[in-house]
Amino acid sequence: MAKVVVVTSGKGGVGKTTTAAAFAAGLALRGYKTVVIDFDVGLRNLDLVMGCERRVVFDFINVINGDAKLNQALIKDKRNDNLYIFPTSQTRDKEALRRDGVERVLDELREDFDYIVCDSPAGIEHGAITALYFADSAVIVTNPEVSSVRDSDRIIGILASKSRRAERNQEPVSVQMLLTRYVPERVNRGEMLTVEDVKEILSIPLLGVIPESESVLRASNTGTPVVFDEDSPAGRAYMDAVARFLGEQRELRFVTPERKSLFRFIFGRA
Amino acid sequence: MRRLFEMLFPPRSESAAIARERLKIVLAHERVSRDGPDFLPALQQELLDVVSRYIEIRPDMLRINLDKSGETSLLEINVEIDGAKAKSATPDIAEAKSAIVAALEPAKSG
Repeated sequence: MAKVVVVTSGKGGVGKTTTAAAFAAGLALRGYKTVVIDFDVGLRNLDLVMGCERRVVFDFINVINGDAKLNQALIKDKRNDNLYIFPTSQTRDKEALRRDGVERVLDELREDFDYIVCDSPAGIEHGAITALYFADSAVIVTNPEVSSVRDSDRIIGILASKSRRAERNQEPVSVQMLLTRYVPERVNRGEMLTVEDVKEILSIPLLGVIPESESVLRASNTGTPVVFDEDSPAGRAYMDAVARFLGEQRELRFVTPERKSLFRFIFGRA
Repeated sequence: MRRLFEMLFPPRSESAAIARERLKIVLAHERVSRDGPDFLPALQQELLDVVSRYIEIRPDMLRINLDKSGETSLLEINVEIDGAKAKSATPDIAEAKSAIVAALEPAKSG
């Protein structure tokens, strides 16, 4: 049975799309047939981050409105056979995401895929609520920063009250946190909330910690999910998070300052 | 010399600790008004009105919290009065305290 996973945060700019792309690609690398859907109608960006912007013909709204078939809109990733991208519309507004239409499309996707990853828009308006409504699991992307933590708390509350599982009194959405843009050096200097602080404040299980890393910008520059960069600390941290999501035990990595070798110090580049 | 020392051993910033405390307080507030029963904000306001008759307190000095664990619910009311000024009519804080307790008494039995 396919699982619907929403990547959400409330706050914008914390790394939702980067995470949705990396997470979906990570699940595909682990052998699961995965589709990642852009729910950010009007502000399409997943296609760019996934590097398939020139292959978009039909979109999510076309399929909801019956103007295109699902297989016409799905874009198969060129790097991994298990991975598909479902882009959204750039021209419509968020209201075009009708709940019954989304439900129909998700039900159709469930037949073919193991995981359906939904990349939520920022905010707590219609688009974000629609993205989380059908979720079985949620990945809350949080930065170690006050406004992000507060908004995460808000979205956790919404998942507990407004998701379909909540409305139907089913087993609650499984909610886990992914702490991104973590800078261990600043944490050590007392300038940044620690993993433990954020875990204690939000009191939800931790899926992983992604260190702030140059490789994330490099990945989006080139339209490659960061997990395909095997040398990148962020990419490896995402793969750890995917493994934990699949129920495996993994030690936390990249949460203590990296000791720079003299070579690295001189020649830079992490 | 001092600058050199600070460059080698930067002073530890405590801003993360401040962030943690601020978040804890604001989220405790927001969770009550979000998850709690509808009457909690009104109850908080009325309690504040009663207490304010005797002591000058700011709205953030009175906090209420409803905790549910299993079968039992606990309504917790915290009023911070250290440093608060008693109203001139009741100059003594201790006197004000007992006045508030008395004022809350009917609510308890009712």
